[in-house]
Amino acid sequence: MILLIQYTLLFAAVLSLVALGGCFSEHSGVINLGLEGVMVMGALGGALTMKYMANAPYIAIFFVVLLVAAISGIAYTVLLGVASINFKADQTLIGTALNILATAVATVVVKAINMAENPDNVSSTVEYLAAKKAFIIRFGKFEFNWFMLVALIALITAHTVLYKTKFGLRLMACGENPQAADSVGINVYHLRWAGVLISGFLGGIGGIVYITAGVSEWKFESGVAGFGFLSLAVMIFGQWKPKNIGLAALLFGFFRALSNVYSGFGFLVALNIPGTIYNMIPYLISLIVLAFTSKNSRAPKAEGIPYDKGSR
Amino acid sequence: MNNNKKSILKNSGFQSILASLLCILFGLVIGYIVLLFIQPKGANEAILTIIKNFLNYSSPSKMVKYLGNTLIKTAPLLMCALSVQFCYKVGLFNIGAAGQYVIGAGASLYCALALHLPWFVCIIAAAVCGAAYGALVGILKAYNNVNEVISGIMLNWISLYGVNMLLSTVKESSTPYTYALKSENPSALLPSFGLSDMFAKNKYVTIAIPLAIIFAIVIYIIQNKTVFGYELIATGYNKDAAKYAGMKEKKNIIITLAIGGALAAIGASFFFLTGYEQWSCTQSAVPSMGFNGIAATFLGGLNPLGTIFASYFIQHITSGGSYLDKNVYPSQISDLISAIIIYMCGFVLFFKLFLNSRVDNKKDTNANAVDTKSNEGGEKK
Repeated sequence: MILLIQYTLLFAAVLSLVALGGCFSEHSGVINLGLEGVMVMGALGGALTMKYMANAPYIAIFFVVLLVAAISGIAYTVLLGVASINFKADQTLIGTALNILATAVATVVVKAINMAENPDNVSSTVEYLAAKKAFIIRFGKFEFNWFMLVALIALITAHTVLYKTKFGLRLMACGENPQAADSVGINVYHLRWAGVLISGFLGGIGGIVYITAGVSEWKFESGVAGFGFLSLAVMIFGQWKPKNIGLAALLFGFFRALSNVYSGFGFLVALNIPGTIYNMIPYLISLIVLAFTSKNSRAPKAEGIPYDKGSR
Repeated sequence: MNNNKKSILKNSGFQSILASLLCILFGLVIGYIVLLFIQPKGANEAILTIIKNFLNYSSPSKMVKYLGNTLIKTAPLLMCALSVQFCYKVGLFNIGAAGQYVIGAGASLYCALALHLPWFVCIIAAAVCGAAYGALVGILKAYNNVNEVISGIMLNWISLYGVNMLLSTVKESSTPYTYALKSENPSALLPSFGLSDMFAKNKYVTIAIPLAIIFAIVIYIIQNKTVFGYELIATGYNKDAAKYAGMKEKKNIIITLAIGGALAAIGASFFFLTGYEQWSCTQSAVPSMGFNGIAATFLGGLNPLGTIFASYFIQHITSGGSYLDKNVYPSQISDLISAIIIYMCGFVLFFKLFLNSRVDNKKDTNANAVDTKSNEGGEKK
């Protein structure tokens, strides 16, 4: 039971971080379907840092990994920003390209590193067992992960920034009615860039949290298994509001955690459901939830539409 | 996208080809730079290996045989690309093609191995299941306003786990692979009608290849010459205007995605019913065929006929990647190149606007020049 709570909180942390990233980007008016790719890049940066810093003090590992993951994510979303804000490209297409590109880049980079170390090692796996301990404090059976706190701070900060600051309100104006925002002297391009880069920051951190949850090595060939998209589902279910996103993330995190720990529950094992079903459940639930919540969705009105100063 | 296609038809076609060639060039250059970073010594050779693909063999018969292998994988890729193209014209981004491909593989292999049905029944079964799966995305989009990209991705994973479970019932006991079609049910193998002899007795070369090309031509005709296709594309331009003009926009969305689903699923049956590869019931990632289809669609300038060449090109470099020296360069370089190509395709619209503004400036000289250039561009491919 403790294990279930632990994993629920951990996956909820991932989902809420990444969903908040999507939330900032969409409030500014840019759909970031590339969050999956952003997560992969954050995970790549973080995992490699952990690999090379295995012997450093725990505090240093934690902050450097966090920083590198965030920077990788930000750097990667620059590609989205350039294409969709400055060149007015189709945001769905660019997001998809970023997802495919990230997995390819990560696989190539990791394989190249592995092969340079040992020509016979052609796997795309990075190991970080030792460095992972930096993130965890044990309370009896419960393993507290610092990233749970990071996610909580992110949720509170996001709520404050979006609703209580000038920056947040202006950002949301750009996603609702960019022409009106422009007419009162707000630079729509700058704020959209801010939204996109914040999504890279949060998505990158989400990526490293995801791959360190539960396992101590990661095979980059498989990307992050649709988690970026699950986060988008969480964002929609949370109606683009940080508070609701936090609750939605807990719900989805619970179902995702179930697939990790169901074998620890006597009555679930007794039901004799194949493990594959548990793997399927998070996706199935999100599909059903989306079907019921998308109808009255409160999506930012101007999201997905490139802003053109000339059009009124 | 091609609003004013009629008035500057040649110009627009030429622009698409030029844009696609630039995307390819850009992708290859980035790929080359990455190769240089990994190991500068063999990078020249490596990029040539990718570009040459089957030409790496010295004997002509081997070349032809391995050209056949590339074509075998081009057929399903083309079908996936057509699926994406058909939906994109209606304003729908069918990223679910990957999952529909998985469903097609599951349906056709289950019919072949468990029910022992002949090949054409297997293809039809795949088409029906794929269509149902696509229609599900369409219904969610039309009636529940669910973004088709997100529902598509969710269904991709659901289909992968589902098909893995389904096909576990017909898998070999010692390996994760499904039974070989050849020994279990030869009647489900696609017929070759002499095609394999043309490719140095490559027995996996079947009618799937010409059939896929026929599908591309049929789609081209539907989109450009029929009322049905016109209505679908009109829905894509402006849903509300289409509704106002008396078209059933919800029905159109569902039909489009159903057809898209059927195309991708047929693509899977075109691949797995050749017996070239068996389904691995333990695979943990959605096959990349559907995603590569997105690359081929956009590289083909969103034209079904252009897609034929683009699919071949994407498969050509993907197969070429497998000839790299595995202890120096990862074969995923090819995936990286295709991904860069998709990314660059995002800039095509901007590029065309830029060209048009240039053309407008010196209008009188363009007519002749563009005409000859477009012919050259066509030959290059």
